[in-house]
Amino acid sequence: MKLTHESIEINAGLMIVLIMLAISIGGLVEVVPLYYIPGTVEKVDGVRPYTPLEQRGRDIYVREGCYTCHSQMIRPFRDEDMRYGHYSLAAESQYDHPFQWGSKRTGPDLARVGGKYSNAWHVQHLNNPRSVVPESIMPNYPWLLKTELEYSDVAARMRALKTVGVPYSETDEEYQANVDKFGKDVADRLDINNAERNLIAQAEAGNYDGDPGRVTEMDALVAYLQVLGTMVDFSKYDEGYFAEFR
Amino acid sequence: MADQSQQKAVQTTGHAWDGDLQEFNNPLPRWWLWTFYATVVFAIVYWILYPAWPVGKGYTKGLATTTFESADGKEVTTHWNTRAEFIRDMQSGEEALKQRAYLVKVGSASYEQVLNDPDMMAFAQSMGRVLFADNCAACHGLGGTPAQIGSYPNLRDDAWLWGGSIERIEQTIRKGRLGYMPPFGKVLSEAQIDALANYVLGLSGNPVDKAKAAEGDKLFHSDQAGCYACHTNSAKGMYAQGSANLTDQVWTVADVPDATDIKDKLARVKAVIRNGIERHMPAWEGRLSDEEIKLLTVYVHSLGGGQ
Repeated sequence: MKLTHESIEINAGLMIVLIMLAISIGGLVEVVPLYYIPGTVEKVDGVRPYTPLEQRGRDIYVREGCYTCHSQMIRPFRDEDMRYGHYSLAAESQYDHPFQWGSKRTGPDLARVGGKYSNAWHVQHLNNPRSVVPESIMPNYPWLLKTELEYSDVAARMRALKTVGVPYSETDEEYQANVDKFGKDVADRLDINNAERNLIAQAEAGNYDGDPGRVTEMDALVAYLQVLGTMVDFSKYDEGYFAEFR
Repeated sequence: MADQSQQKAVQTTGHAWDGDLQEFNNPLPRWWLWTFYATVVFAIVYWILYPAWPVGKGYTKGLATTTFESADGKEVTTHWNTRAEFIRDMQSGEEALKQRAYLVKVGSASYEQVLNDPDMMAFAQSMGRVLFADNCAACHGLGGTPAQIGSYPNLRDDAWLWGGSIERIEQTIRKGRLGYMPPFGKVLSEAQIDALANYVLGLSGNPVDKAKAAEGDKLFHSDQAGCYACHTNSAKGMYAQGSANLTDQVWTVADVPDATDIKDKLARVKAVIRNGIERHMPAWEGRLSDEEIKLLTVYVHSLGGGQ
């Protein structure tokens, strides 16, 4: 069959295929190269996958739809730098599935919220934002403190992330690779075989929700918030270094 | 049909559907067409000037360049990209330069010089307010008054837990603070806690049970409760421990002013003695620059109670 205007227009199936081909070119040209251009993800020390507790906190962050009002992407502009801190790197989101970039900021950007406020502040603020920030329009999340964290499936969740490339370890070989890459302390926390134990240990040691006896969803979410944007030590890098990757 | 005969001049696509259903083939309005061509030209110019097409393991970097100064003072010229543009803007952008002139001036001046210079004080007031809103207001409230008594100290009054001198305010911002009072719920009996609450409330002139207050006085200065160790013998507190002055009418943890009667006041004070206090102010060194910390120190000092 010859591809003429008429033959395409009267053949719906062929037209669908050709339309899809035409409109995917733009996307393919923009997206595919990012997977093989080496500078896409900056070479930077410190970025590691989330611990089991932080990862569960991240799940809750996504479940509660925090991303609908809070972005995690500081853009390279002077005003953003002054308000939030160093602009975000692609490397800092390399273990995020899905990433939390965006520009919808009904609330402030959270890319560098880690360490900015105390655990107690986060607990009070999530429970009832207006008790600390009267002008806030954020909803209350009172159930986080009341709900015990479901963590029996944390190993399965980590395994799922492993299949999309997050280097959690299951075999000795993978563990050893993590020791080489992240050091022993971090590698221990990325071991799927000890996921539950690590999760409970971090929640008890961190006591994020102010109640050491229980592991609540609040523990997980605050643990996650407190690590956001803290992994890279920017004082170790020249300003110009990150520009080389663009 | 009449309509069709009037439109005879317009071409059709040549298709006929269901026997006689035809499509007109009207040309696009000229303004639309030229706008379309213009976007095509724009795209080509853009590809030439800016990073655009992926090629192998790299991409076409474009002819546009950005020049900034590297950390060791050398001039670096690179292909145009937002990160280099950001560095350039921070180094030589118009607004950045205006601000830097002040930051350098404040950074190299002593606190005394800043406090006595109206120009630098005006800058400290305006930039300090913005820094405070971005970093401090979430706890201490916009303008330095927290949303409620109990969580975070008010910075507008002249009662200070850790001291209100310039030096101590700067240290608080730089290093953060850990405010801790142990919980006495398991150490003392309910009657003892009651006595202590009566004593403490009596210190600021509340009508309390005199006998209980006397008993609380003894307990306060005893080694069993040991309150005096942090709050001092005079119960005026000390900055080194961040312990509150209990003799004034300023309350930072128990919301006594909001209580309806003396019974309610006692209950609120007793809850604090029972449960203790754990308050944590994060360290801002590292997150804020030295100049920013200086501006915030001056701003907080000027909120009303600077010593």
